[in-house]
Amino acid sequence: MGIEEHLPGDFLLGRVEQLAGWARSSSLWPATFGLACCAIEMMAAGGPRHDLARFGMERFSATPRQADLLIVAGRLSHKMAPVIRQVYDQMPEPKWVIAMGVCAASGGMFNNYAVVQGVDKILPVDMYVPGCPPRPEMLLDAIVKLHDRIRREPLGPHRAARLEEHEAKALQGISGVGR
Amino acid sequence: MTSETAQEPEYFAITGSDPREWEDIAAAAVKSGEDRLVINMGPHHPSTHGVLRLVLTLDGETVEEVRLVIGYLHTGIEKNMEFRTWTQGVTFCTRMDYLMPLFNEAAYCLAVEKLLGIVDRVPERAQIIRVMMMELNRISSHLVAIGTFGLELGATTVMTNGLLGRERILDTFEMITGVRMNHGYIRPGGVVQDLPPGATSNVRELIAQTRDGIGRLAKLLNANPVFLARTRNVAYIDLRGCVTLGVTGPLLRSAGLPWDLRKSQPYCGYENYDFDVAVQHSGDAYGRHLVRMAEMTESLKIVEQCLDRLATTGGPVMIDDKKIGWPAQLALGADGLGNSEQHIAGIMGSSMEALIHHFKLVTEGFRVPAGEAYAAVESPRGELGVHVVSDGGTRPYRVHFRDPSFTNLQAIPAMCEGGQLGDVIVAVASLDPLMGGVDR
Repeated sequence: MGIEEHLPGDFLLGRVEQLAGWARSSSLWPATFGLACCAIEMMAAGGPRHDLARFGMERFSATPRQADLLIVAGRLSHKMAPVIRQVYDQMPEPKWVIAMGVCAASGGMFNNYAVVQGVDKILPVDMYVPGCPPRPEMLLDAIVKLHDRIRREPLGPHRAARLEEHEAKALQGISGVGR
Repeated sequence: MTSETAQEPEYFAITGSDPREWEDIAAAAVKSGEDRLVINMGPHHPSTHGVLRLVLTLDGETVEEVRLVIGYLHTGIEKNMEFRTWTQGVTFCTRMDYLMPLFNEAAYCLAVEKLLGIVDRVPERAQIIRVMMMELNRISSHLVAIGTFGLELGATTVMTNGLLGRERILDTFEMITGVRMNHGYIRPGGVVQDLPPGATSNVRELIAQTRDGIGRLAKLLNANPVFLARTRNVAYIDLRGCVTLGVTGPLLRSAGLPWDLRKSQPYCGYENYDFDVAVQHSGDAYGRHLVRMAEMTESLKIVEQCLDRLATTGGPVMIDDKKIGWPAQLALGADGLGNSEQHIAGIMGSSMEALIHHFKLVTEGFRVPAGEAYAAVESPRGELGVHVVSDGGTRPYRVHFRDPSFTNLQAIPAMCEGGQLGDVIVAVASLDPLMGGVDR
C-alpha cells in the first residue's frame, strides 16, 4: 500500500500501526453506492439525526478514487454486478466493504433469477449488517465495529505473520477463522 | 449529425486509470472537426437518483440526445409474487418503490379486494387508517424528493431539513406498524393491526412539527434566487407532451391539468375528505416543486380529518370474514412477536377445526376467484396501477405494476434535449424517479 508496508518488523512498526490505524479509522470516506431501500437508510444515517459526521464520515465520496469504504446498500442485480466490481477496483488500497441489508449479505427474500445472492460472491466483505432495511443505528454500529478493527489492523511483517497463522489454522481444518 | 461525410465512428473506453486515454479522445475530436461527445452518466452517479443511467450526446454543453438505460435494480419482484400467497405478496410489493411503501401495498390490496369482491366490506376504520398512513407517506416521500432535489443542486441544508422531517414521520410509522420502511401493514381486507395506544396524539404532534418543517423548507427555497435561477423555465414540458407520454403526478399537475385520482376516481373513501388539488401552469421544475410543497400541506389537512374520524369510528380493522381475515388480532409479547393468547388458548384447547382453519389460512392462504382486476392509486409520483390476474388459486397468476416513475421517465428526453448539461440533473431531480419502482 504505502511506505508503512516496508518497515522492518522489529523497528517502530507497532507505533506506525497505531498511528496508521488511528488515522485510517478516524477519516474513513465512504463511496456513495446506494442501490435500493437501504440507500435511503444510509442517507438517513448521514442526516442530521444520526449524523455520521461524528465519526469523520460525512464526506460521501462520489468518486471511488477518493473513497476507502464501499457500503453496498441494497439488492444487487446481475446487471449491476460488473458496475460495482469496477467501482471497487477503482478504489485505492486499503479499502473495506460493508454489505448493508440482507439482500447485499445473502440475497435475502429475493431468491430468484435477478439478484446476486450476496455481494460476497463478487467482493470481499468485511462486515455484514442484517435487517430489511437495517436501521441507521445498525449501520452506525457496523461502522464503529469496523473502525475498531481498522484501528488494530497489522501492517507489513505483522500482517504477513497474521495471514500465515490464519492459513496454517485453516489448513488444519479449524473453522471460524476470520481475517 | 447525419452528414454524408460521417466516417465509421470511433469508440473509446475510459477507465480513468490512464490520463493518456483523454489525449486519444481529444485527438480524435480534433480530427473529426465535430464538437460532439457521447458520455455515460450513471448507473453509479450521485445525481441520478439511484441507479439510473443516462447516455448523453453533447455538443459542447448542449444536450443533443438523451437515452435512458434502466434495469440496474431489476429484482424480479413481480415474478416472486407468483410463488407466494396473496397475503405474502404485500411484503414483496412494499419493497418496490421504497419511498412509498404504503402506496404499493394499498394499490395491490385494492386490486386483490376488487377480485375478491369485498371492496364494500372492508371496515370503515381500516379505510381511514389507510388514508392517514398514505398521506403521511406522501409527505415523507415529497420531503425526500425535495431534499434530494436540493442536494443535487448542491444545497446540503435542504437535504438535512428534508431528512429531519422524514425521520419524524418514520418515528410515527414505527410506532404504528413496527418498522420504519417496508411495512407490510396494509393487507387484503384491511390493515394488519389497529393503532396502538397513544398513536393519535402522536400523529397530532407530528402534524404540528411537520407543518413547521414544511414552512421552513418553503422559506428556504420558494423565493431563493439561486434555486429560482436553477429551476425556473428549466426542464419544461407542456400539457400536451405530458398527456402524450402518459405522464402523471406532480409533473402533469405542474403543466396545468388538475388530474388527481383521489378526486377523479376516488378509492378508500377519498371522496369524503376535503382537500384541494395543487396545480401550477408553468410546466417547469419550479412548478413541480411548488406542487409538491402545496401537496404536503393538503396531505396534512387530510390527516387531520382522519384523526377526527378515527376518534368517532371504532370497530374492527380487518374484514369480518373468517375465510380472508387473519385469524386474530395481534397481541405483542415480550419477545416482540406473538398472537392473542386468548385466541391461541381457544384454538389449541377447545376447537380442532379452528386450529386447522388457522393453519390452512396462514400456510396456504385464501383462494381468490379466477379473473383479473385493475386498481390505481394516486402515489406521490403519479398513477400507481396494479393489474392482478388470478387462476382461482392461493397464489397470483400474474401481478403487474404500472409504476409512475417508469412512465414518467419517458419524458426525460423531451425535457432535456436542446438544453444544458447541468439542467439534465434538474430535470431528473424534478421528476423524482425511484429506480426501485422503475425496475422492480
